[in-house]
Amino acid sequence: MDWYPLWNSLRIALISCAAVFFLGIFAAYHIAKLPRTVKGVLDVVLTLPMVLPPTVVGYFLLLLFGAKRPVGIFFMEQFGVKLVMNWYSAIFASIVVAFPLMYRTARGAFESFDETLAWSAQTLGQSNSWIFWRVRMPYCRQGILAGTVLAFARALGEYGATSMIAGYTPGKTATIATTVYQLWRTNDEAGAMRWVLVDIAISAVVLLAVNLLEKKQKAGGRK
Amino acid sequence: MSLEVNITKKLDGFTLRAEFTAGSTATALLGASGCGKSMTLRCIAGIVKPDAGRIVLDGRVLFDSEQHIDLPPQQRGVGLLFQNYALFPNMTVEQNILCGLKAEKDKAVRRERCAEMLRAMRLEALAKRCPAQLSGGQQQRTALARILVGRPRILMLDEPFSALDSYLREEVESEVGSLLAGFDGTALLVTHNRDEAYRLCREMAVMDGGRVLRTGTTKEVFADPQSITAARLTGCKNILPCTRVDAHTVRLTGWDAPLRLAAEVPEHCTAVGIRAHDLAPCAPGAQNALPVKAVSSSENPFDWNLIFLAPDGTTRLWWKVSKATLGAAAPAAPQCFAAAPESIMPLV
Repeated sequence: MDWYPLWNSLRIALISCAAVFFLGIFAAYHIAKLPRTVKGVLDVVLTLPMVLPPTVVGYFLLLLFGAKRPVGIFFMEQFGVKLVMNWYSAIFASIVVAFPLMYRTARGAFESFDETLAWSAQTLGQSNSWIFWRVRMPYCRQGILAGTVLAFARALGEYGATSMIAGYTPGKTATIATTVYQLWRTNDEAGAMRWVLVDIAISAVVLLAVNLLEKKQKAGGRK
Repeated sequence: MSLEVNITKKLDGFTLRAEFTAGSTATALLGASGCGKSMTLRCIAGIVKPDAGRIVLDGRVLFDSEQHIDLPPQQRGVGLLFQNYALFPNMTVEQNILCGLKAEKDKAVRRERCAEMLRAMRLEALAKRCPAQLSGGQQQRTALARILVGRPRILMLDEPFSALDSYLREEVESEVGSLLAGFDGTALLVTHNRDEAYRLCREMAVMDGGRVLRTGTTKEVFADPQSITAARLTGCKNILPCTRVDAHTVRLTGWDAPLRLAAEVPEHCTAVGIRAHDLAPCAPGAQNALPVKAVSSSENPFDWNLIFLAPDGTTRLWWKVSKATLGAAAPAAPQCFAAAPESIMPLV
């Protein structure tokens, strides 16, 4: 059995999850502080990729990064990099579809933060970055952890936009999701089933790990 | 050691115009909720930026809108105790206190001062606990320790007892009282409770609708609140509308006889205040006699409240009588009350 799709899916999910972690927290932190009307508009724009069909996301990505489109041409000419139909093209797709999950859960967590904690830390002389990492993030860790897991799971399961921007090339752009479809389409039902089981196993392990982590944290807090 | 505040800030519904000075004693800011007291503390701490004005602490300008000075809270050297204490829930008592020692770089000194503070605030046994495992009083001691360990120039307490159960309150209050008495610098206590202000602070400022109505020593303000709002906030139950007759006489609405006052009655005096404890039963025809009709009475653990009406039924009069014992019966309702000329407060 060729394990390339597993390796490819994992690296795409991990890289895009890491990117979404920082992008989502950054956006959530700054947007949570904005006035309500601005927040409402930004919220709609940033959440759209979650509700749009993935093919629409893929369409927009191709419109932007395609070989004959401005950004695609720029990268080709400046760096000799082709943004579409490569293994890393799927990262763009995963980031866009996973971002709203991280952003929304993190924003909810930041909005429930007790601002007097930050104020008292300021009067105690602590810097704003200390407050962010030592008070705000630990306080909001449940929401941020939940957002990260959701984003990872979504990135791992991404199919629609990925198939449009990265396609399916065995040993190059194949991911678990695209492989399952390809194998099933070519009547290799047993092969498709193998990858389905792999995918279920990964997802179960991730969710189990998160549950254990949460339990451990709760127990630690009670000590 | 002194604090000078003169700031304006537009808020929802009203404009805060706080102007007062505080010396090196404990000063109370007394006002109803939503009058701008907490906002004033936040402006002094630098958490909220006033629209205009000036804040000077011990000769150091913290904020000056004309000179464009606005020090961040980190550089102001203020200690602010929040109503909910704002302890960091993810840190132990000891770690919380160490957060107040940001300015001290030497690790050994940090440890020593933290240990000293734990001892002083009787928190040694709780050093490794998380805030969620502490009682309200312990949480407050931890929050105070975290503030005091950094040796602030000013100590500001925002409704420090409102989050405590009432049976704990008196005990914690006496601790805070001795702490305030021993604090070397300016201390501000924000409260809506006149008794706390009276017991804990020698100076006070009365605030209403974003303005400082009256400042002075606590005893002065309670004896002569000057305005109707200040009288009400200091707990005066009987605020009786009146018209001025001359410099020492008024005529109360609802009663015919004129009332003599020891204090001078200002030209635009519209009411007088008589504290519910200051009424005494008297014979009809005595000086300052107010004939009344009894309406109702209610019993408190340690005193009786009796309510009366003026002869024409327009104005209410409260009478408070301390009980000698818990089971003491209600006092007989008199036909007539007299208020000593010295205990009548002219109000505008």
